Amino acid sequence: MSYFKFFAVALFSVFLVACGGNTIPDPDPTDTNYGASEGANTSATGDDTTGGGEYFDAAPETLGTVIYFDFDSSEVRPQDQDLVAGHAIRLNENSNASVRLEGHADERGSREYNIGLGERRSQAVRQMLMIQGVKASQIQTVSFGEERPAAMGSSESDYAQNRRVEIKYTN
Amino acid sequence: MLKNLKRSLIILTLLCAQANAELVIDVQGVAKPTPVAIVPFGMEGGAAGMPLDVAAVITADLKRSGRFAPIDESKMLQKPTDGSDIDFQDWSFVGVEAVVVGKVIQTGVNAYTLQFQLFDTFGRRQLIGYRMPASRGTMRGAAHRAADMIYEKLTGIKGVFGTRVAYVTALQQGDKRLYSLIVSDQDGENEHKIMESKDPIMSPAWSPDSRQLAYVSFEGSRSAIFVQTLRSGNRFQVSGKPGINGAPAFSPDGHKLVVTLGGVDGNLDIYVLDITSRSTKRLTTHRAIDTEGTWSPDGRHIYFTSDRSGGPQVYRISVNGGTPERITFEGSYNARPRLSPDGTRLAMVHNDRGNYRIAVMNLERKDLLVLSSGQQDESPSFAPNSDILIYATWQRGNGVLETVSADGLIRQKMASGQGDVREPVWSPFPRF
Repeated sequence: MSYFKFFAVALFSVFLVACGGNTIPDPDPTDTNYGASEGANTSATGDDTTGGGEYFDAAPETLGTVIYFDFDSSEVRPQDQDLVAGHAIRLNENSNASVRLEGHADERGSREYNIGLGERRSQAVRQMLMIQGVKASQIQTVSFGEERPAAMGSSESDYAQNRRVEIKYTN
Repeated sequence: MLKNLKRSLIILTLLCAQANAELVIDVQGVAKPTPVAIVPFGMEGGAAGMPLDVAAVITADLKRSGRFAPIDESKMLQKPTDGSDIDFQDWSFVGVEAVVVGKVIQTGVNAYTLQFQLFDTFGRRQLIGYRMPASRGTMRGAAHRAADMIYEKLTGIKGVFGTRVAYVTALQQGDKRLYSLIVSDQDGENEHKIMESKDPIMSPAWSPDSRQLAYVSFEGSRSAIFVQTLRSGNRFQVSGKPGINGAPAFSPDGHKLVVTLGGVDGNLDIYVLDITSRSTKRLTTHRAIDTEGTWSPDGRHIYFTSDRSGGPQVYRISVNGGTPERITFEGSYNARPRLSPDGTRLAMVHNDRGNYRIAVMNLERKDLLVLSSGQQDESPSFAPNSDILIYATWQRGNGVLETVSADGLIRQKMASGQGDVREPVWSPFPRF
């Protein structure tokens, strides 16, 4: 992973610049519409995300909690950076709040190596949160590798749903 | 029988000579199992019947090895229980190369003697004969030991019929999953649930004395490594540091574990953990994923998976530290190394043209032999005789276990319990 590239991208997200997707950014920085990322239609807390897009909103009811990753990648995709930024804001606003970042991988290959891939993904989200000011003590990471799939099958679509980080508030 | 084995070996050698590096063997029709007869055992000295059908246990063991074809009882022209009653003409006529006869003699309320004799039909002579004491509870183990002795006498290979396997099962219950850690006899009998959890269990590992299992548990949504004593069920946590704790494997002397630790920054590396003091010694520092450590049988090296060259490959490092040496160079993915107990071969998960398969590398010749034929085969483990491997695969959407001989010639499905079965590990030889 290139840390410089990562930092530059993170910087962008902090300034809420639209990147990727096929939408035009709303100049109002607190209410911006973004294109739906492929496969990102589930979340651990059952958020109400509509098919047309995901509202960027730090309010708990609509902030997504699942981030998906491309094959063999642990880079947070451009379309997910606002989601991460939303959690960074929430965590910065409440220093008692803490999250557990649960990393996952698809089922292909060796199990303990897949724990490593899942952990890389949690760490990518963790780094992004910390760059935006969140304290390390507010973040815990764990990787379930391929052990907790969201989708049980073996199709590419199932794999895509399993390559993810779930953000869970522990406080 | 030796003739048939030699023939199979010759065919295998010819196939090897044609291949360059990788070789996939079709199991059908290469090895011809040797016909033998296991005559139903007699019973003496007890009012109650036989505590166990010993001949049936021995028959199943020898048949499952893939090297023997025990004939059906209906084909036996005589059923002696003592060597002195054997008519070699009858057995030559039936076409078996070896005959086993025996009896169970009751000597007390719960005391028996198991007696068996193995005969060479063509040479018309006894090869081995033993008497073993047993109780009702230990009779099955005694039958497996008899099968081991017969197997070793006929093949020259130490039998593993008295060993055990441990594995993890995942059972879907509605939208929840139940994970279990199970130990059973190597034939799938006598399943014992060692541990159960709604959170994942991974990476079971046997202690060298077979008394303990180390494993990874995700109870409480965090990973930790436990060592559990099988007989008592008592367990203690050996590693619960922040971040990843994973991939435990016992050292040959049983005092240490090689483990994977990730720390808060998630840089997975190989550590050696002293079980008594819990102190750790770090062996790798690279920012790559370094995991799945395993000891060489001489205790001097640790083999592990690292993706420091871009994708997972097998490396080895001295237990004293230093620069890791890369071991695998064929294919884009080689992971989860396990050495044969005799130290000559390395099993791994190998990506073969898009499929994840079990491959074995001869450490001296450095050639790679692909042993399995699935798409998601994983977790290879050698039997203590270095002659068979067990691994996990998928069949019609279910996780199941299979065994394959180290030369790839014989593959067998293993009877498995409920749910998806994964991560099998073969126990060492039992120490009495």
